Amino acid sequence: MNTADSMAVAPPSSTSLGKRRTQLIHRIVAYGVLGTGSVFILAPLVWMLSTSLKTRSQVFRFPPEWIPEQFLWQNYVEALTLLPFEIFLLNTVIITGLSVAGELISSAVVAYAFARLRWAARNTLFIVVLATMMLPRQVTLIPTFILFTRVFGWKDTFYPLIVPSFFAVPFFVFLLRQFYMTLPFELDDAATIDGCSKFGVFLRILLPLSKPALAAVAIFSFQFHWNDFFYPLIYLFDKDKFTLALGLRFFQGNYGTDWHYLMAASLVVMLPVILVFFFAQRIFIQGIVYQGFK
Amino acid sequence: MLSGLTFRQREAILGWVMASPWLLGFLAFTLGPMIASLILSLYDWDLISPALLVGWGNYREFFVDDPLSLHSLRITLFYSLMAIPLHLVLGVILAMLLNANIRGQSVIRTVYYLPAVLAGVAVAMLWRWIFSPDFGLLNLFLSYFNIEGPNWLGNRTWVLPSFVIMSLWGVGGGMVIYLAGLQGIPTDLYEAVEIDGATAFRRIWHITLPMLSPVIFFQLIMGVISSMQIFTQAFIMTDGGPANASLFYMLYLYRQAFEYRNMGYASVLAWILFLCILALTLLLFRTASAWVYYEAETQRT
Repeated sequence: MNTADSMAVAPPSSTSLGKRRTQLIHRIVAYGVLGTGSVFILAPLVWMLSTSLKTRSQVFRFPPEWIPEQFLWQNYVEALTLLPFEIFLLNTVIITGLSVAGELISSAVVAYAFARLRWAARNTLFIVVLATMMLPRQVTLIPTFILFTRVFGWKDTFYPLIVPSFFAVPFFVFLLRQFYMTLPFELDDAATIDGCSKFGVFLRILLPLSKPALAAVAIFSFQFHWNDFFYPLIYLFDKDKFTLALGLRFFQGNYGTDWHYLMAASLVVMLPVILVFFFAQRIFIQGIVYQGFK
Repeated sequence: MLSGLTFRQREAILGWVMASPWLLGFLAFTLGPMIASLILSLYDWDLISPALLVGWGNYREFFVDDPLSLHSLRITLFYSLMAIPLHLVLGVILAMLLNANIRGQSVIRTVYYLPAVLAGVAVAMLWRWIFSPDFGLLNLFLSYFNIEGPNWLGNRTWVLPSFVIMSLWGVGGGMVIYLAGLQGIPTDLYEAVEIDGATAFRRIWHITLPMLSPVIFFQLIMGVISSMQIFTQAFIMTDGGPANASLFYMLYLYRQAFEYRNMGYASVLAWILFLCILALTLLLFRTASAWVYYEAETQRT
């Protein structure tokens, strides 16, 4: 049988066969690479858990071992009592909670003004919003530090960490405005005809419909403030005011780095973010995608 | 009070009122401080004794007298130059592999994305432990291949690559975005070239990458902005050491401002960082027309 013949007779089956074969190869390569990658991704977390359950002597054994001799869950209790954990946790919850609330409310309100209301400087100011999204916060860092600590006297208080949150975050304004824009204007018109004010449209129509975008904003905001280290570091000095991120540093100095305790405490600090991630994964990924496609 | 106004006037007032949180915040916490920091950069001020006007002195210090300022800028740029391309290439490859019709796609996506949501001190602590020369995970892994790993964070040559390795743990963050981009490419484009009998390589080169280029472009810009501002990792893991080999720019700025209390000089550092990020971003925008493909644009012409 010559090749020209076979091609003339059955081109569809030969291409689909070739297609199936490349798909199969692709799949094998994909599983191989992604599977190996997954091991690299998960290994540090498993290692962290393993370390957190070891005895001090096993932590410093050479060569290192994967499996703890006995699972010392007691390490968690000891690690968290070495520092005033409840105080750090409470401080972190207060700061994070109020910041998330502030950013969510203020950004939702501001985004509505840019998405739906007609006022003179709107388009110009929206360009300013976009420009500030790109602005690194360091340019404003030192004067705001001086403003908060010297002018307002907010040194060693939570105010510098919370108050700015109530003045909207450009990125969130942008994200929510884009989301509002996807909602049909007919909804507003219908509500207006029924006697709803412009603010009523925002409160009763747009906000309830924007839950997915609001959830994404809330999660990003939570993630940032929970993990934030820099701003608590420059504003908080008294140990009673510390957040969890600041508190973790105590394991480094005072106790000559007890890695089993430090890993236990670090894992506890990470846990809320991990839990939120697992329960709200879809929202997380949706939100990150909005971020990617401005 | 509002009864005498027309509907449009009331709407305009509501617009200003509802935008006012951002507007006030912009004036008080962004525009005002930016101007203040320009003025401050001309002074010597330790927050205690009266501020002393030094004119261009702080700028001169940055470019001429201070050996650490340009050193920390070089280190940060060098790190970015290693980390950003690696994130780009690995992220795109992983996303392409994951975009195949494979089972368990969402599980794999979850696994890869998880480290990207973790950040801050806890992660830095974890990696300090992983990089530990004798008891750490990385050298344990290398010992399986009979490689004796270096003292990662304590070695001037290896300390910056260590930070790159650590950042690659979060490669899933970019991957998820590229994956969404890939899923947005219309399949009929692929079907069209398949009829032409294009190879897989040509398919990727002529369709996938051009269609993905706006997303890649955006990720590059975000990569520049974030890698130029690295702080927490460096502060926790090495504190700039050994011998200033990991003195990232933000760490140096932090020291000048909050340890040495040189508020004027720190303002200079902040402005130069801002200008560097701006310059790099503009440079990327300049190159964009050569390689970033926007569908809407071509359709218009």
